[in-house]
Amino acid sequence: MSLGLVSAFYLAAAILFILALGGLSNQEKAKRAIWYGIVGMALAVVATIFGGSGHYWLLAPMVIIGGVVGAFIASRVQMTQMPELVAGFHSLVGLAAVFIGLNADVEAHRAAQAIADGTVDQLRGFALTLAHKTPAELAIMRVEIFLGILIGAITFTGSIVAYGKLAGKIASKPLTLPGRHAINIGAGLVCLLLGILYFAGAGIWTMVLVALIAGFIGWHLIMAIGGADMPVVISMLNSYSGWAAAAIGFTLSNDLLIVTGALVGSSGAILSYIMCKAMNRNFVSVILGGFGGASGPAMEIEGEMVAIDVDGVAAMLDDADSVVLVPGYGMAVAQAQQSVAELVKRLRGKGKEVRFGIHPVAGRLPGHMNVLLAEAKVPYDIVLEMDEINEDFPTTDVAIVIGSNDIVNPAAQEDPNSPIAGMPVLEVWKAKHVLVLKRGQGTGYSGIENPLFYKDNTRMFYGDAKKSLDELLTKIH
Amino acid sequence: MKIGAPKETFSGEKRVAMTPQSAAALKKLGYDCLIESGAGEAARFSDAAYAEAGVKVVASAAELWAEADIVSKVRAPTPEEVELARSGQIVVSFVYPAQNAELLESLKARGVTALAMDMVPRISRAQKMDALSSMANIAGYRAVIEAGENFGRFFTGQVTAAGKVPPAKVLVVGAGVAGLAAIGTATSLGAIVYAFDVRPEVAEQIESMGAEFVYLDFAETLQDGATTGGYAAPSSPEFREKQLEKFRELAPDIDIVITTALIPGRPAPKLWTKDMVEAMKPGSVVVDLAAEQGGNCDLTKPGKMFETKNGVRIVGYTDLASRMATQASTLYGNNIRHMMDDLTPGKDGQPVVNMEDDVIRGATVTHAGAVTYPPPPPKVQAIAVQKPKPKAVEETPEQKAARELAEFRKSSNRTTALLVVGTVLTLLVGTVAPVSFMQHFIVFALSCFVGFYVIWNVSHALHTPLMAITNGISSIIILGALLQMGSGSVFVILLAALATLMASVNIFGGFLVTRRMLAMFQKS
Repeated sequence: MSLGLVSAFYLAAAILFILALGGLSNQEKAKRAIWYGIVGMALAVVATIFGGSGHYWLLAPMVIIGGVVGAFIASRVQMTQMPELVAGFHSLVGLAAVFIGLNADVEAHRAAQAIADGTVDQLRGFALTLAHKTPAELAIMRVEIFLGILIGAITFTGSIVAYGKLAGKIASKPLTLPGRHAINIGAGLVCLLLGILYFAGAGIWTMVLVALIAGFIGWHLIMAIGGADMPVVISMLNSYSGWAAAAIGFTLSNDLLIVTGALVGSSGAILSYIMCKAMNRNFVSVILGGFGGASGPAMEIEGEMVAIDVDGVAAMLDDADSVVLVPGYGMAVAQAQQSVAELVKRLRGKGKEVRFGIHPVAGRLPGHMNVLLAEAKVPYDIVLEMDEINEDFPTTDVAIVIGSNDIVNPAAQEDPNSPIAGMPVLEVWKAKHVLVLKRGQGTGYSGIENPLFYKDNTRMFYGDAKKSLDELLTKIH
Repeated sequence: MKIGAPKETFSGEKRVAMTPQSAAALKKLGYDCLIESGAGEAARFSDAAYAEAGVKVVASAAELWAEADIVSKVRAPTPEEVELARSGQIVVSFVYPAQNAELLESLKARGVTALAMDMVPRISRAQKMDALSSMANIAGYRAVIEAGENFGRFFTGQVTAAGKVPPAKVLVVGAGVAGLAAIGTATSLGAIVYAFDVRPEVAEQIESMGAEFVYLDFAETLQDGATTGGYAAPSSPEFREKQLEKFRELAPDIDIVITTALIPGRPAPKLWTKDMVEAMKPGSVVVDLAAEQGGNCDLTKPGKMFETKNGVRIVGYTDLASRMATQASTLYGNNIRHMMDDLTPGKDGQPVVNMEDDVIRGATVTHAGAVTYPPPPPKVQAIAVQKPKPKAVEETPEQKAARELAEFRKSSNRTTALLVVGTVLTLLVGTVAPVSFMQHFIVFALSCFVGFYVIWNVSHALHTPLMAITNGISSIIILGALLQMGSGSVFVILLAALATLMASVNIFGGFLVTRRMLAMFQKS
């Protein structure tokens, strides 16, 4: 296949990728858009294989094994496990970037050797491309290799830690080593120094060291971040996997890699931005770990939590005309989605207006709640975003809070000393009645007291969300 | 222990202190329930209904007082009933200890522990047993119904084929529990409702119920309702003057006046004077909920309805709650049940009069041979002190325009600064970098912009699929591995093969899981 034809394939693939991402603007278009992505990927891979790869005997089984494993995972994963799946996949991209970066260096040396020996015409593929590079281009390439390996290694270990935390294999509590900022800065400076050495001509050992130290930085950074900030972390790692691909694209002088890496990188960056905005946190402070401490004594809370039993809830729902449900990660933990969906179906069957209000950071992944509800067959047109539903709470009869806490905390608006002051929240307390499904009386894992539970119009429905709902379903037909 | 409710002896009293429903709840607390035969008749609860709920029906009051350990009543016990009581017995009812010192003495002499439902402190924990509020709520509702009965027109405005009907104008004075209930009822019947209260902090509640708050033009720092347990306090003569002036101005326009103003421990303030009644149109109605305490209206005759010379009807019934005996008994029975709930911490049918508990201490007026009224002030502040709310400064259109312009300028400046810095950096890179790099760099920069605009349009609901698909797409890194597979170095081939394997997992996994997720999104 000629180089021109390969480039044409790459162009097609790049356009298809852009269309695939653009198609996610609504649910129906998205179902078509995914095919753009698949076809684009297929075109790119086929063109590359027939345009100058080699060793097909090794390549074919690798792709086939990888494909089977990937397909198997994709078909078996639970939707509640999506966050760890995404984190796990990111780590693969990161490690691949490290390998390819190291390879590029080895190939560069081989090309230089070949030029010295006068055997350039024996080279094939990537090494041949390298042999035609000018010294200035090779110098730039060293910078690119350095960046590719650095970002790739951070992505790799960071994603593995994120995976561990999300899958519950590592405690989600932030690890705070003494002087952790100094450690990070020190490690970063060592990487930079090694990078300069490498640029000046030191061998591949510098890059191996960079990979190891950057791996440590990635591990340490993410270990210091608590469970609640995971949506930001995953978005950030998503972004890094893109930048790593772009850096490798520069190394290989491959425009398709650059375009795709840039698309993925900006996608992750925007998601991180949206998540930070939704938590009213600064990106840097999230990444460096730790909550922004309270700036004064928290406002005193008046009143008491009033419990309600299942009959009371049934009567309350029976009287209601409009109901808004606000699910949080607790719903997923209790595996209560199906029960929620059934409740919604029955209430809608009685002609009540039932909708969902989703906070951008509900769940462990941007948009996670939407997927969980979609899995439970809740129609997506009654699942609204925070900004769409907030104005409707004053005209809502019952707001049901299921397993969420901070995202419905009025302290964010009322108490300037609260650690979450200024965070946009769902204003459920403006509804006529608020029903809170909660395991017990304690504060959530953020440890922030929630005045919502003490409001006059709030009733607490204690117990495991799924059990409570199943009991409720026996009362509502 | 046994808890019993006798038939009310006060003439015209139709309520009863126990319903079949509340009895069922009491049984769950471990109590056996008794009822005097016919006690619930006036409130439409038959003896059979009680028996069905597991309540033992006894023939006479004497028998009930003898058998029950706890007697629950609506009205305060009469001297005859006190005669029937015995030492150690607990009596729960309305007592009004301030007005009934003699009754307290006689109860003390008998060794009875008396819990006054009207003395339950107004703290949030005790709301469920606040019988005064339950009764006031009913009275407020009934006041509107009584007004409607005596009013010759619709509440709601209509345009009919026969002509236009104007809506009734209702003024509610005093927005306590009864006042708010009256406002709610009147607005839902379609009337135009105005409401007045001396506590400006209730304006928000009034407006949220669809009525219009009547503001006075008066500059005095008004007393905070919190210091008086949520009740109104007497106001200064100047304030009163201003208030009456406002009412006088409104009187000719108003069709129905419902007054609910009460100050604890004092006769009701006179707010609707004779001349105001005279200024009203014939056919108008005044319902005075304060009739029992002397009435807010000069002309009120407690317990009666009459028509003035100029055709204004003044309703002074004092038994509004009793007129809705079924509803009143249900709520009162529940209040008693909640009181017993607090009184029975062990849920074992053994009442514990815990004098350390704010609520029980407040309600207990005689205990262990002593009069325990008045109680010490509760440890918990009755109602949270209202902090003065800073008024949001309304900005004028000019200010708004200026602010928006300033914001726009600021964001333009920021954008310009970023562009300048970006350009300088690019130029710096351009001076040292080879042409081939710059070409790739152009592609990179443009892709970032394309990505930026494309991703902002992605629906928030699809962010998880977005992450999964970008996962798949970022495995485009496989191209690097594929290009390196042709190498002559074993080391390179090995690493490239591993990278290919990992990227393949990602490609298939990422795309397939995205497809699976997207297929789940269904429209209703």
